[in-house]
Amino acid sequence: MKAPSSRRFSWRFPLGAGVLLVAAWYAIKRAFHLPSFVLPAPHEVLRAAWEERRTLATSALVTGRGALLGFLAAVGVGFLLSLVMAFSVRLKESLYPYVLVLQMTPVIILAPIFVLWLGQGLPAIVAVTFMICFFPIVANTTMGFISADRNLRELFVLCRASRWQEIVHLRVPGAMPYFLTGMKIAATLAPIGAITGDFLAGSQQNGVAGIGFMTIVYFSQLKIPALFATGLVACLLGFLFVGGVNLLHWAILRHWHDSMTGKDM
Amino acid sequence: MNGPLVRLERVGKRFGGGAPVLEGVSLAAEPGDFVSFIGPSGCGKSTLLRMIAGLTPPSAGEITVAGSPAAGARGEAFLVFQEANLLPWRRVAANVELPLMLRGDARAGRRARVREMLELVGLRDAAGSFPWQLSGGMKMRVSIARALSMAPRILLLDEPFSALDEMTRDRLNEDLLAIRQRDPFTAFFVTHSVAEAVFLSTRVVVFSAGPGRIAREISVPFPYPRPRELRETPGYLGLLAETLRTLRSVLP
Repeated sequence: MKAPSSRRFSWRFPLGAGVLLVAAWYAIKRAFHLPSFVLPAPHEVLRAAWEERRTLATSALVTGRGALLGFLAAVGVGFLLSLVMAFSVRLKESLYPYVLVLQMTPVIILAPIFVLWLGQGLPAIVAVTFMICFFPIVANTTMGFISADRNLRELFVLCRASRWQEIVHLRVPGAMPYFLTGMKIAATLAPIGAITGDFLAGSQQNGVAGIGFMTIVYFSQLKIPALFATGLVACLLGFLFVGGVNLLHWAILRHWHDSMTGKDM
Repeated sequence: MNGPLVRLERVGKRFGGGAPVLEGVSLAAEPGDFVSFIGPSGCGKSTLLRMIAGLTPPSAGEITVAGSPAAGARGEAFLVFQEANLLPWRRVAANVELPLMLRGDARAGRRARVREMLELVGLRDAAGSFPWQLSGGMKMRVSIARALSMAPRILLLDEPFSALDEMTRDRLNEDLLAIRQRDPFTAFFVTHSVAEAVFLSTRVVVFSAGPGRIAREISVPFPYPRPRELRETPGYLGLLAETLRTLRSVLP
């Protein structure tokens, strides 16, 4: 049997789709006679991105730093919390509803509170990013910890493994695919979180602002192509994060997981 | 220690408030016995094996292993699961090493023991492979090597070869007996294959279902080592027919 995944990836199809999308963009702009302050053409966005490259690069760096710190904090705290909840059913029952409460509370509401507590700037942005990244990691990793195979668990009972041995040698490695899935979702959210945080709690300290803050600036200046360019930068940042997690996925799972071995299920 | 290695005294099992799965099962096994459990699905033979392994307690009666209750004697008996049940992220050698590591054996001793066990099951060259790279039969060999690494006095096998094709199964049956010549463990073996049961065992225990009880014990007189040609002898074929008849008589 030949796995569909064993087919070689071809760049022709995604590139072709991209060309079609850009063509559609131009066609819509032309068909509806849209001026550039409503819908700039792709080349105008690229030109604006080039003209604003210094500002955009520094703001990408600022946002990237906030996103990375918030993401890493969410990964660390999320993993540990999942571990704790996997250790004890009672703890899971006690804590999980409040993890949900945290997730259900809109960031729009939390952000001003963080600004109140932490002031404008990086700490508040990191906090917002953390809040957005936290839940997918906890939800997935907890699922990974509790879905260890029944027979494998019995094997550990048979070997008289301690609770700790079971965690280290069965639960943690078994949860890795779930953990990485959570991280992947969080990685797409981290730049969004940092930009949202920057939008709500950012400032232009020493002339340096994040992407979220720049969207406000560009909008107020009616630099619409540059506003679109911030979207481009945000996308690039997202791809960078996802790429990093994919690398981690490869490093951890390449030897054994079905997602990497190309084995038919 | 006096008395048999494994003794079951009027053992019964029911889950929750349901109907009993097993009732009044009494059985004794001496060192060197190879006892097969055969019977219709749902007769509780796998459950019985798990009780001997100490994974679940009997709800009636008593099981003693080497003189003490089964739950406290886990070191004496090791279960080979129905599927190979290997950790997919560990290489073959590391899978065989797992029980020794969990027991806290020293690293050097573990390595030597793993090499010895892989040699025993004929998988020396696969030590560095991951489970997904192995065939079903090879995975089962790893699983047996893992169980034997603990040098248990009793090996419990729960339909270990049921997922394999017949030729692989025959081959593994022969290998299992060859391994037992070198490492003489007492075995309890659950199977659906009458041929397998007769070929391997000193005794075949036929169960009836609803609730599971021992219908009949058939002793298999052929001496070990048993060559594969045993399968073609009239004595073997006669016993096979008799066991089949017994099994048919207990089917609903």
